[in-house]
Amino acid sequence: MNLQDFSIMRHELLLTAAAIIVLTAEIFWNPAKKRSITLFAIVIFALITAAGFIPASNGNLFGGMFISTPIRVMMKNILNLGVLIIMIQSVTWLNKEENFDKISEYFILIISTLAGMSFMISAGHFLMFYIGLELATIPVAALAAFERYKNKSAEAGIKLILISALSSGILLYGLSMIYGTTGSLYINEVSRYFSGYNLQILAFIFFFTGMAFKISIVPFHLWTADVYEGAPVNITSFLSVISKGAAIFILIILLFSVFPVIIETWQKTILVTSILTMTIGNLFAIRQQNLKRFLAFSSISQAGYIMLGIIGGSQLGMATVVYYILVYIFSNLGAFGVVAAISNATGKENIDDYNGLYRTNPNLSLIMTLALFSLAGIPPVAGFFGKFFLFAAAAKEGFYFLVVIAVFNTIISLYYYLLVVKAIFINKSEAPVEKFKSDFPTKFALLLCVAGIFITGFASFIFEVIRNYSFGV
Amino acid sequence: MDILTMFVVIPVLTITGIVLVNDIRKVRIISAAGMGLQLLLAGVLVFLYLSERKAGNMDEMLFIRDIVWFKSLNIHYAVGVDGISVAMIGLTSLVVFAGIFASWEVDFLTKEFFISLILLATGVFGFFISIDLFTMFLFYELAVIPMYLLIGIWGSGPKEYSAMKLTLMLMGASALLLVGLLGIYFNSDPEMGRNFTFNILEISKIYIPIEAQRIFFPMVFIGFGVLGALFPFHTWSPDGHSSAPTAVSMLHAGVLMKLGGYGAFRVAIFLMPQAAHELAWIFIILTSVSVVYGAFGAIVQKDLKYINAYSSVSHCGLVLFAILMMNETAMNGAVLQMISHGLMTALFFALIGMLYGRTHTRLINEMGGLMKVIPFLSVSYVIAGLASLGLPGLSGFVAEMTIFVGAFQHPDLFHRIMTIIAVSSIVITAVYILRVIAILLLGPTTNSHFEHLPDAKWFEKISTITLIGSVAAIGLAPLWLSTMIGNSMHPVLQRILTLNPF
Repeated sequence: MNLQDFSIMRHELLLTAAAIIVLTAEIFWNPAKKRSITLFAIVIFALITAAGFIPASNGNLFGGMFISTPIRVMMKNILNLGVLIIMIQSVTWLNKEENFDKISEYFILIISTLAGMSFMISAGHFLMFYIGLELATIPVAALAAFERYKNKSAEAGIKLILISALSSGILLYGLSMIYGTTGSLYINEVSRYFSGYNLQILAFIFFFTGMAFKISIVPFHLWTADVYEGAPVNITSFLSVISKGAAIFILIILLFSVFPVIIETWQKTILVTSILTMTIGNLFAIRQQNLKRFLAFSSISQAGYIMLGIIGGSQLGMATVVYYILVYIFSNLGAFGVVAAISNATGKENIDDYNGLYRTNPNLSLIMTLALFSLAGIPPVAGFFGKFFLFAAAAKEGFYFLVVIAVFNTIISLYYYLLVVKAIFINKSEAPVEKFKSDFPTKFALLLCVAGIFITGFASFIFEVIRNYSFGV
Repeated sequence: MDILTMFVVIPVLTITGIVLVNDIRKVRIISAAGMGLQLLLAGVLVFLYLSERKAGNMDEMLFIRDIVWFKSLNIHYAVGVDGISVAMIGLTSLVVFAGIFASWEVDFLTKEFFISLILLATGVFGFFISIDLFTMFLFYELAVIPMYLLIGIWGSGPKEYSAMKLTLMLMGASALLLVGLLGIYFNSDPEMGRNFTFNILEISKIYIPIEAQRIFFPMVFIGFGVLGALFPFHTWSPDGHSSAPTAVSMLHAGVLMKLGGYGAFRVAIFLMPQAAHELAWIFIILTSVSVVYGAFGAIVQKDLKYINAYSSVSHCGLVLFAILMMNETAMNGAVLQMISHGLMTALFFALIGMLYGRTHTRLINEMGGLMKVIPFLSVSYVIAGLASLGLPGLSGFVAEMTIFVGAFQHPDLFHRIMTIIAVSSIVITAVYILRVIAILLLGPTTNSHFEHLPDAKWFEKISTITLIGSVAAIGLAPLWLSTMIGNSMHPVLQRILTLNPF
């Protein structure tokens, strides 16, 4: 393997290397100073993230098994960036007594699942795609059960692994039909022989269902709230942002590269599921008290909005989806960062507990408000731009009906985001969350999120870069 | 930096200044200084604008600044003003300036209050200077969202309910608007060269296909109409206004509701004149309902703020009514009415706030004979009332007269009947204004607690005199203002009249 090949799959190789380095480093690490391995792992990962942004050549490897294009590299970079923030957010939690002996496991698991996602995004062959998918899924289940002494966490892990197995089974069934009807698993060959007769449409339905489980699209979302609630907050944020983002990335890549022939079929599918996902996610979010469940349903509805970018099947839609995921990463991680900070400091996770939060913790309150406004799509934060472009992408292809439903859904979502804002600013409380000082990593991660929430919106070059890369999957 | 961008930059700098200080007094001074500067700048803008026009610059928009923002979507940060926007900017800076002084005594979370208030003002200023629909929409939403916190935290009465109702209804309107704007954008290039644009001036050079206009005109018009209290979407207004703190009521009724009228005129009618002509009758009926219903609603209310809120529904309905008449006189009147109502209703709400601060009630039957006790505030209230019922010499007369004369110029029966119905609101207005003045100010002082109320303090006087002065100035010398508006109305009228000669 020469240098050029290395640069083509640098994300995957570096991530694998990082997982191994952290694993071996733990053996030689002084057990008394074990906490410093966090810093070591984060620095390594930050270097990898930075390396991903260095422009390098693209191309195919292993006879077309592995494809690297600018937009795919961009997707991987976005995921890396998100994971970097999550790692920094997790430091406080990892430093807790009960997690002391599992610090390096956390990093190994999270890096290997990210490696799986990178393989999946670059897959030029369905086998590669499937291996990446599994590598991305299984460590997440272990992470969800990270606090295994807590029943809810263990339950979340089991639920996640069972649902993943089920959805993988459905997906594989679809893939087997694709293989049966086209005689190949290479994506470019499949797309050449894909003509869209009934068995192939059935194959598509199975494939889509499998992916729908991963993205938690209604009606395949039922696992989401339980798993999100049970898993530790920092893992929940990973699930809601990175796992979902990666699954959406691969869905859009495959829809555009394998299934363009049956675009009318999948537009109908997405139209229906998108409406269901937005509406049901929003309506269920209204009644939630636990903030993790609340954000779970909000993230379900966000997936519904993202479908608006996919449905047109246009390059503009592709760009807006990638851009929106970037915005969504910053916004959602901002919200989860605040929830995690408060949960780590006081153990409180309910909306009622946030009553009067502004009086005691004004900075956290402001960040939470900004993040929620960004999720709701209120200017001047980035969510506004993201939503506007998503809706524009759908409107451009004439899906005005869907856009109308989506904009009214944003009003419903605004209602429940405002409920949290109301709790923070308006409601009074006998026993508000007491004043506490966050440690440096928490502050730094939140600062990154806030900067991201503002910069990704106003700095148009970010969108333009993504837009320029979006030509050609 | 160009002069128009300064209108957004100064509030942002003011907010930054407020964030940096902690002392309440300094917060007030910085807010007042910032908004005073803004008022000064508005004066400079009016002067520059008039001298440009005098020098013979007959461009549709002046002081244009166009910066490419999102290149691939052809979204620009584009600003520019014509006489109408200059007038609206002047109105806004007056009301905001008066609003800062009217809320001088806010003592609960003062810093946050002024930040939210000025953020709201930023959105309004940005809206009036934008000539790009995207920037316009952005500023519109920016103006709406601080309302939630302003009413929810500093309001009175059922404030949480009112805040949520107002925010959701206005954001619902902006949702419709978003779809409408996207519809305009994707139809802004009939040759299908894929050069879509959000720029109002460029879109006004072409005609959007009539089929698209029929779909998107109602969306845009209702989207803006909700903000202008179009019946039956006016219900947020009484609740919102009565729960809001003084300065917010002033700004909201005085300025934010004008966003509706201005947007309906600048976007809905200007860009989609054919559909406007076809569908105007529906909205003319709705707006005349607003006008009459709002006035009747005001008669039966007991709470001063509710009376004024319903009266705003009536007056703002008149703005939309006049815009839909689509001839020169009526549309001039619409803009005059926006400015006149903005000043006078701000004055009203400021005075109500000051009265409430003294009597701790807003129910008219609990008050009486205040004229003897607090003559300054009472006389101001009478002036506001007379302006509202259209007494000659004050701004209300000029505006309403122009509107009704313009509206009656339509030769057909429908328009004339509707005008007659709308005119009847003048009488009803007189009823509720005079009733309030009689009960509230005249007669013996009924409540012994009210006998030693202090009259206006210095900051209250600044607030009141600024507004009364402007009301009287427009009433006594309306010509320079209506010339400024009238000149800018021509491009719009040309576009309408070439299509639909009456």
